[in-house]
Amino acid sequence: MSAVVAPEPEPIEPRDNYLNAAYGVRSWLLTRDHKRIALLYLVSITFFFFLGGLFALLIRLELLTPAGDLVQAETYNKLFTMHGIVMIFFFLIPSIPAVLGNFFIPMMIGAKDLAFPRLNLLSWYIYIVGASFTMWAVVHGGVDTGWTFYTPYSSLYSNTHVVATAVGIFITGFSSILTGLNFLVTIHTMRAPGLTWFRLPLFVWSHYATSLIMVLGTPVIAVTVLLVGAERVLHLGIFDPSRGGDPILFQHLFWFYSHPAVYIMVLPAMGVVSEVVTTFSRKNIFGYKFVAFASIGIAVLGFLVWGHHMFVSGQSVYAGLVFSILSFLVAIPSAVKVFNWTATMYKGSISYRTPMLYAFGFIGLFTIGGLTGLFLATLGVNVHVHDTYFVIAHFHYIMVGGAIMGYLGGIHYWWPKISGKLYPEGWARFAALVVFIGFNLTFFPQFILGYLGMPRRYHAYPPEFQVLNVLSTAGASILGVGYILPMIYLAWSMRYGRNAPPNPWGSTGLEWQTPSPPPTENFKVPPIVTEDPYIYSHEEVEIVG
Amino acid sequence: MSEHIVPVKVYVGVFLTLMVMTAITTFVSGIDLGPWNTVVALGIAVFKATLVVLFFMHVKYSPRLTAIVIAGGIFWLLILLALTFSDFATRGWLPSLVGT
Amino acid sequence: MADVQPAEPALQHQFESMEQQKEASSLGMWVFLVTEILFFGGLFLTYTIYRWENARAFADASRHMDITLGTINTVVLIFSSLTMAMAVHSAETGRRRLLILFLIATMILGGVFLGIKAVEYTDHIQHHLFPGPGFRYPAGADAHGASLFFSLYFAMTGLHALHMIIGLGILTTLLLMARRGRFTAEYFTPVEVSGLYWHFVDIVWIFLFPLLYLIGRHLH
Repeated sequence: MSAVVAPEPEPIEPRDNYLNAAYGVRSWLLTRDHKRIALLYLVSITFFFFLGGLFALLIRLELLTPAGDLVQAETYNKLFTMHGIVMIFFFLIPSIPAVLGNFFIPMMIGAKDLAFPRLNLLSWYIYIVGASFTMWAVVHGGVDTGWTFYTPYSSLYSNTHVVATAVGIFITGFSSILTGLNFLVTIHTMRAPGLTWFRLPLFVWSHYATSLIMVLGTPVIAVTVLLVGAERVLHLGIFDPSRGGDPILFQHLFWFYSHPAVYIMVLPAMGVVSEVVTTFSRKNIFGYKFVAFASIGIAVLGFLVWGHHMFVSGQSVYAGLVFSILSFLVAIPSAVKVFNWTATMYKGSISYRTPMLYAFGFIGLFTIGGLTGLFLATLGVNVHVHDTYFVIAHFHYIMVGGAIMGYLGGIHYWWPKISGKLYPEGWARFAALVVFIGFNLTFFPQFILGYLGMPRRYHAYPPEFQVLNVLSTAGASILGVGYILPMIYLAWSMRYGRNAPPNPWGSTGLEWQTPSPPPTENFKVPPIVTEDPYIYSHEEVEIVG
Repeated sequence: MSEHIVPVKVYVGVFLTLMVMTAITTFVSGIDLGPWNTVVALGIAVFKATLVVLFFMHVKYSPRLTAIVIAGGIFWLLILLALTFSDFATRGWLPSLVGT
Repeated sequence: MADVQPAEPALQHQFESMEQQKEASSLGMWVFLVTEILFFGGLFLTYTIYRWENARAFADASRHMDITLGTINTVVLIFSSLTMAMAVHSAETGRRRLLILFLIATMILGGVFLGIKAVEYTDHIQHHLFPGPGFRYPAGADAHGASLFFSLYFAMTGLHALHMIIGLGILTTLLLMARRGRFTAEYFTPVEVSGLYWHFVDIVWIFLFPLLYLIGRHLH
């Protein structure tokens, strides 16, 4: 019998990379591919970034005028609390590790995926569930305890949704723990042949150090918020002074995690900076082992300094002295990194691409933030600037001027690999400049305000502080524009951007030896590593993009 | 983990030792040794835990990394305990920073 | 390029060899147990500080514990660690029926432990020793210190019991897998890593027992 056989229609595009390997919502929500999971996180944390930014906007609007006239004091308490909780737990802590770490650690070590892909997906779902509890609290009236949940206010007196928020943070903590566990096991057991520890990219070292902190610190805050929840629900009295409880004990438990947490937020950004600085100086990192060990040093020393948040809380002065000295010590490995990045750039062939602009921003602003940390670590000075805007400026220089700039630098650096598209360099540089200007205008006045005595967490202030507050709010609006611009042009580039070659920056590193975007299994043939990282030749290489 | 299979009699021996130590710790707790009661009780607990870790959990036959991981965890707990305790134990040693 | 069928059906796609997979699984469980050390550690810290500040009250309150039940529970749990170690041993030597037997034995012992704890909790609650509005303590004694002791008692043993319940769930899963013949002498990693978890929960109790039950016995 004869039948007409129609020719097979030409496939529209070959299914050759992780983005088009499968279509449909289920293929994303049930994926085990670390690259897709990274994008799930990217979407989620971007949502929370803008939610936290909305709270910040309301705070800065209130502070335009000295009187507390935009919102009531109780509402203002909720605003700064939600700003802190959302930004720290649902944006900063996951940000670089869950997006860029998830995407690139397997690729940088020549592996097909992380050690536990299903656990990786579970981490994202745990994050979403935890975030949902917190969102429930936000929508039903919020929390007003400050992100620090100090007892006995949080455990006894606050009439807001403390338990729901505590449950949300408890659950989300496990997302962080499982990510750190996954990274540690992957880096220990799945490195490609020839990839010894001292041939690892520094991005991997910094994520290893970050994972140590996640695994060692997060359980302590988990049990602490669990106790606060138990206090409220079961009336145990563990932190109730009228029943023998000790609020300072809560602070020790809280800060044992929450200080190292700031290193969870900044170490990954430092890893990004190491990658970007070497690529855009076309030069080997200066002092590789020093930078690698400095990452570990920051992680370890970071666990020994938490009492510097408690100098005036009633902690013993003797312990204050110990914590003060240790806090000075933790600055040293950070400084080592800044020196080494600078030395890397010296006599390098610098190109001022957007990722490099963010790296410059990180180095300068992190240095300022770090140096002001030394002021705060000094007992005598701390007495005067504790709980003032000086503290707020200090940590925003590190978290925003440092960590968020590192995050944006990393997103731009790896965007061609992740999306297969080039972003528009002109707009990107402009946005980086807007971010830099907006950031400094927002937060530099706050150093002065704090020094002059303006307390934090107050919605009203004496009239003589108004000019600086207005400058700060103006800066915040500019900063907001700077953050919205990448949202627009990165999305634009996914549709209209030029296709990216495998290695647009001419960078060393295994992740650049694959197509952009990469195939699902990362490498068609498992790589074998035979040389140190960051070996750049002195030939001219055309940077595409 | 190594392929070493621990013989059953080692397990039974460890079990019996743990039983004996449990009996001892319960018995000694009834005798007044002053501050040494706590030391003895914790010492016995550490000894029992070590036996479980080394033999039931095979750490004696595991790669060195396993022992380092465990030691790290315990060390970190000790950091939490020691530095926090250093606050409570030294209250009043030096005059307050903020006024009287 | 056709997918190469792995020689070992249990080999997951991200690993190069069964040995690498085993190494990763084991390290993963140990890292998780370290997180558990710190998790319980927060409670141990709270206990340490409050006991240091309320030594006499803690010792007196501890005398309300039933030392017989506590000792029995300690024996039961250590025995369950033996049966768990024997379960792993049976898996290592490919003895499926023994593996199943020892898993069931471990689960029974775990159930006995939880049953005894339930009896103790009921007893304490009936004697108004659960902290909070219903707490009643003999007059003239340090009720605050006692309340802190009992808060810690319920928090620490409660968290421990929760881990036991999860452990029973894990053992149930292992039992079902063992019955379906999923484990051989070459592949029994889930049994091994679950054993590590179970032993850890036992070790927590090895510390809880003297700290909660035995501190006041030598005083009069």
